[in-house]
Amino acid sequence: MHIVACIKQVPDTAQVKIDPETKTLIRTGVESICNPYDLVAVEAAVQLAEKYSGKVTVITMGPPQAESALRDCLALGAQQAILLSDRAFAGADTLATSYTLAQAINKINDADPVSLVLCGKQAIDGDTAQVGPGIATRLGYNQFTYVAEVIGLDPASNTITVRREIEGGSEVIEGKLPAVLTAELNLAAPRYASLPELVRSLRQEIKVWGARDVAALPEQVGLKGSPTMVREIFVPPARGGGQVFDTNEDKGNAVAGFLDTFFGKEQRLLEELLAKDGHAQE
Amino acid sequence: MKETFDVAIVGAGPAGISAACILAEAGIKTIVFERGEYPGAKNLSGAVLYGHNLAQVLPDYIERGCPVERNIVESRIWYLSKDGGYSIGYRDRIFAGERKFNAVTVGRAKFDRWFAEQARKKGALVVPATVVVDLLRNERGWVAGVVTGRADGEVQAKVTLFADGINSPLARKTGFRAEPKPEQVSLAVKECIELPAEVIDQRFNVGREEGVTAEILGEITEGMDGIAVLYTNRSSLSLAIGANLADFRDHKKKPYELIEQLKQHPMLAPLIAGGKSLEYIAHWLPEGGYDAIPKLYGDGYLIAGDSALLFNALHREGNNLAMASGKMAAEAIIEALKRDDCSRRGLAGYGDRLADSFVLKDMKKYRRFGKFRYEHKELYGPLPHLAGEAAREMLTVNGVSKKQKQKLIMQHLRQGKFGLLRLARLAWQGWRSVK
Repeated sequence: MHIVACIKQVPDTAQVKIDPETKTLIRTGVESICNPYDLVAVEAAVQLAEKYSGKVTVITMGPPQAESALRDCLALGAQQAILLSDRAFAGADTLATSYTLAQAINKINDADPVSLVLCGKQAIDGDTAQVGPGIATRLGYNQFTYVAEVIGLDPASNTITVRREIEGGSEVIEGKLPAVLTAELNLAAPRYASLPELVRSLRQEIKVWGARDVAALPEQVGLKGSPTMVREIFVPPARGGGQVFDTNEDKGNAVAGFLDTFFGKEQRLLEELLAKDGHAQE
Repeated sequence: MKETFDVAIVGAGPAGISAACILAEAGIKTIVFERGEYPGAKNLSGAVLYGHNLAQVLPDYIERGCPVERNIVESRIWYLSKDGGYSIGYRDRIFAGERKFNAVTVGRAKFDRWFAEQARKKGALVVPATVVVDLLRNERGWVAGVVTGRADGEVQAKVTLFADGINSPLARKTGFRAEPKPEQVSLAVKECIELPAEVIDQRFNVGREEGVTAEILGEITEGMDGIAVLYTNRSSLSLAIGANLADFRDHKKKPYELIEQLKQHPMLAPLIAGGKSLEYIAHWLPEGGYDAIPKLYGDGYLIAGDSALLFNALHREGNNLAMASGKMAAEAIIEALKRDDCSRRGLAGYGDRLADSFVLKDMKKYRRFGKFRYEHKELYGPLPHLAGEAAREMLTVNGVSKKQKQKLIMQHLRQGKFGLLRLARLAWQGWRSVK
């Protein structure tokens, strides 16, 4: 079984700052990391490959320095890594990115048929969660988003059963391979690589493919293939502090003041409470 | 793991990477272990580097894109009381021209990463995010490699170089060298303060990419044996202050209090005004001097840099001693491997090289300096205070005759138990400790 994991190198967003004048991300001095959801996807892919004696190919689209994110994935146990890097790819939105990745997966599939594609559920920089589903649509694969657990996989019948997280609960669904899975954080816990695996990841050669290598149409990649327009990036205004009702001075006053303020904002709650109260008195 | 190496190096700092560059260049199979996420992630110093020592390892470091912050053209020394201070500085155009890069400031996170990348390009294997937790020993008790914290993490090597810094849990566990005593260590804290490059240019009166260092002594360490430094980076300032660890203990002072007070000092405040604090970090410095240096090599191992407690406290030199000792360790290892003798005797070339170099010569010359400083706490309290009072008196124009002022100053000094004889003795002892 051949599994492809798609990853993205992202800035360590805990540290990201926005230039108040140009409204762009300040990238200088910000470390780059592999998107945490993607590391989970790779770990899950490796676990499946170990279980079903398959292999994992990791791909990413990005600048040459994205190589380091691929090496992190090799250390987790992926067998090969491919970097999609080309000036023509620059400025891609999710539409162009999913196109480029799908082209690459097609090429990989030609050489060694792909059963599963794993992605993180979203990247922590853009948070769009669009690329995984985009790849599935372009490849015509079934898609299972927000997957928290792979319950079963049957290579004989080409069927996969997963538990995916939905608002307020989870659902178990089953479908045919090939499929795209997007990973929740609890799908797998990225391992602490063994020393030989880490050493291998540092030494292994990483293939670099350009637009021509994946037969991508120039008008569908990079900025040209990206209809998304970002109108503005801004820092949300800082939240003001909450109101303080000091119970040290006059307890009764403080409580009354709090209730007035609270129910002033929550009229409906007050009405409900009063209605219940009335009901109880009946 | 099954694969074996000629040399295992613990620590990707200036010492370890210098050695790795020299070894890899000579075609020796070398593996370097770094505990940080990447080389430099956990490394810390002032940080001034010296071009000479870097060139000894990488003659073409400029062409290789060494990430220099500013080229130092002026060095200042300040002696401060609580409210004022003396300043002396030396600037020379030779340091902007012919001897450019004599001393430079660097950001260690950037520099060490770049430095390790050069070693990698030469063929060394640099393994990050991996902690060496123990040592392998052969049947004769020689060090025969390392044990890392990863699965299948034992690595056999003919020689192991410890370049893991002063704070070494590995030394504590395996005893390859003794733990330094509190009096042999300084605890320093450093704050990086962000300012626009042009503001730094103006405040320090330098051209773009030129910089200044200031070494700061006096009442700022509140009677403890210590020093502060202020270095210019491209668009930030490094402000650090430290004191003897035993003094911190005995005086019950906290390092962050010292640095906060220092930032309010009238000599400092205008230079850092409007700056934004980028990071706050702490580090130990090996200040035990010549007499604290451990046994530097043994059967199957050598120790370099901070790990070997090689540090010149008077000139604030540590990085260059680390680079030089790393290089000499590598040269000794190359000899030993050629002779196929990695015993203590086979590695003795390291000791000879160090003894013959500025590293041990300088440390020997200043061997009594640490004791002098530690025993003369008046240098960090009453003396700068009185010196400040004296300058204040002389500079205040208030109708009092200069002769009368002189008398007053001498009176002050005597009240502070600083007769001329004692001052002369202090100066003499100070001189003797470094001559």
